[in-house]
Amino acid sequence: MGAKQLAEKVESILDNYQRDQGMLVSILQDIQAEYNYLPKEALVEVSQTLGAPLSRVYSVATFFKAFSLEPRGRYLINVCLGTACHVRGAVRILETIERELDIRPGKTTQDLKFTLETVNCVGCCALGPVVIIDGEYHGQMKTDKVKVLLENYT
Amino acid sequence: MVGKGQALNRLSSPDELEGIRKSIIKQRDPNKPCITICGGTGCLALRGESVIAAFKQKIKRQGVETKVDVRITGCPGFCERGPLVVIKPQNIFYQRIRVEDVPEIISETVLRDNIIDRLLYTDPNTGQKVIYEHEVSFYKKQKRLIIGNNELIDPTIIDDYLAVGGYAALSKVLFRMSPEEVIEEVKKSSLRGRGGGGFPTGIKWETCRKARGDIKYLICNCDEGDPGAFMDRSLMEGNPHSVLEGMIIGAYAIGCHEGYIYVRNEYPLAVKNAGIAIRQAEEYGLLGKDILGSGFDFSIRISRGGGAFVCGESSALMASLEGKPGEARAKYVHTVERGLWDKPTNLNNVETWANVPLIINQGADWYTKIGTPNSKGTKIFSLVGKVNNTGLVEVPMGITLREVIFDIGGGIPGGKEFKAVQTGGPSGGVIPESLLDLPVDFDELTKAGSMMGSGGMIVMDENNCMVDIAKYFLTFLEEESCGKCVPCREGVKRMREILTDITEGRGKDGDIELLERLSAVIIDSSLCALGGTAPNPVLTTIGYFRDEYEAHIRDKRCPAGVCKALISYHIVDEKCPGCRLCEKACPTRAITFVEKRKPVILDQEKCIKCGICYDVCNLDAITVK
Repeated sequence: MGAKQLAEKVESILDNYQRDQGMLVSILQDIQAEYNYLPKEALVEVSQTLGAPLSRVYSVATFFKAFSLEPRGRYLINVCLGTACHVRGAVRILETIERELDIRPGKTTQDLKFTLETVNCVGCCALGPVVIIDGEYHGQMKTDKVKVLLENYT
Repeated sequence: MVGKGQALNRLSSPDELEGIRKSIIKQRDPNKPCITICGGTGCLALRGESVIAAFKQKIKRQGVETKVDVRITGCPGFCERGPLVVIKPQNIFYQRIRVEDVPEIISETVLRDNIIDRLLYTDPNTGQKVIYEHEVSFYKKQKRLIIGNNELIDPTIIDDYLAVGGYAALSKVLFRMSPEEVIEEVKKSSLRGRGGGGFPTGIKWETCRKARGDIKYLICNCDEGDPGAFMDRSLMEGNPHSVLEGMIIGAYAIGCHEGYIYVRNEYPLAVKNAGIAIRQAEEYGLLGKDILGSGFDFSIRISRGGGAFVCGESSALMASLEGKPGEARAKYVHTVERGLWDKPTNLNNVETWANVPLIINQGADWYTKIGTPNSKGTKIFSLVGKVNNTGLVEVPMGITLREVIFDIGGGIPGGKEFKAVQTGGPSGGVIPESLLDLPVDFDELTKAGSMMGSGGMIVMDENNCMVDIAKYFLTFLEEESCGKCVPCREGVKRMREILTDITEGRGKDGDIELLERLSAVIIDSSLCALGGTAPNPVLTTIGYFRDEYEAHIRDKRCPAGVCKALISYHIVDEKCPGCRLCEKACPTRAITFVEKRKPVILDQEKCIKCGICYDVCNLDAITVK
């Protein structure tokens, strides 16, 4: 990814929000959707164009759970740990995925295929436990279905 | 693009609005069969998308487009049985629909009026098949004033909302009511904030209207960080115009010209549908400059959250809207006086806004006939956890918890015993069996040590450990604390550590009392409601289930069989036929096969207590002790 392309991309995202500082969270969401994480260069670009101190951009980027400052894998796995999922055994689902992929939550597999994260409720509570992989929702998960599910992503 | 086949027309008077409404309704034949398919996140998670595609494709292929309509609607609530399909006008209720069922539904039910038995819902308690939606026990005791329209409209088509009377309330207030009269009506309705606090909406509006300042902001809180709750998501996804209409009415009453919808980015469909709704309302002249030719201007922008629970708190949400980290501030000065960018700001949650058009249309006198003396109207709950019929339920205030869980929810699955129901999310508490006849309203739930909250209702059975639940919420709150004030940042952490010790067998005498003392300090001295209510899950579990705490601390035992350090899995020899299912599933090879028709052997040394064997066994041949 060239520095120029990155700068152009970030500029166009900023333009979508009329370079409004108040829209910082949404702006970072869009950058992350583009690059899968928040590259440092992008944060610098945002700070300079908006005229907001880099420290503030950084503090927002680290405050919200949805942002990642590290590159993430091709498939993002989100295990929902909302209450409804919890009472139906979400922790055991998470542990099974951790064991299958040999990574802890927040980490990425060595082949950069999967990043494992947890989320505190995606509002699919009636179908818990829920696992979301690459934006696809998988409801009513069971520990013995995890392996087959992961094998579907190649 | 606007709705189906309508010329792009900016409406500039109430008459034009009624005119377009009439022409939309006239074009629609109420007797024409319509296949309504749920397009909410829940049903989509159950492969609803392929069902929708199959219906569209088959109808085209069979050349019956003129004979039948298809409508992709919002969530009708009964997620557990999804994907859901309802055939109108009869309201034939089909559930758990798969792509393979689609051709038959079209050829048999739509074209020949034949009911397909196997797709009907079977009542778990009577064993009887039910044909019509309104006869399903899940729906019978509900009063679906707010969420009922979800299944009548396609949220991406504004004409559908107009066809069910949409924006009539807006037209009424703009041309026939003064802002003061609107506020008076909302005050008279006794509407209380549905986001959790239960503050009287009319009084909030009045305070904001009277607050000094030329610019005032209006916010719709769709952050819904409360885990286990998804009412706001379903409303925003399924009927966004009802929320917009409520917001515009509020803006007129208060005197705001700029509004925001703050929505979680974890709700992509809600973000999308809200955006479409805003664009369509603007094109129709129902939002933006000179609304309906009244001279009143109001615009709405969408701002997405970043997954922080604390942003449901008004001052933290506003900080986030300003592009800052979502940290709460002390509210010596209320946000209605100094909120977003230090201007008077009125914030209400999605469900509150959605109640407003109803109150204006039907009148406060009608509205106050529903509910209890201090809690009027209905409330939507997300009924989830260990209950047969999970989904969204809308009930009149004052209904008992027992009716919700056992009549609507159909009781506890698998013949297990009910233990508790958790309401109010991380700020609420658990309510035990002995209080199940409690009427559901703001004050009664608070008296029981819990709270209404935004409407999560998580049912727990005998297999849920109350200490584990308390630890779960405190872990959640520790992560979600913004870290600004010490009582919350440090206190919650200490409480979580004590709870972890208890669940891992290191509990000691005096821990319960220490938790109670810490709770008192955190409640009294935290900056915002997140900390101020954080001890509730601990205090209610101690209050109602002290024996479980004591079993963990004194006997090093988890009666529910949840806390890993205190349990072990065992094979029930007389039930185990040696089928090898568990042996194959065990990740650590702790299970050894002996021979057919002989029980397997579980090696406790190798067992990591992952519980997979327990999950795969169909014969209850594995127990937890």
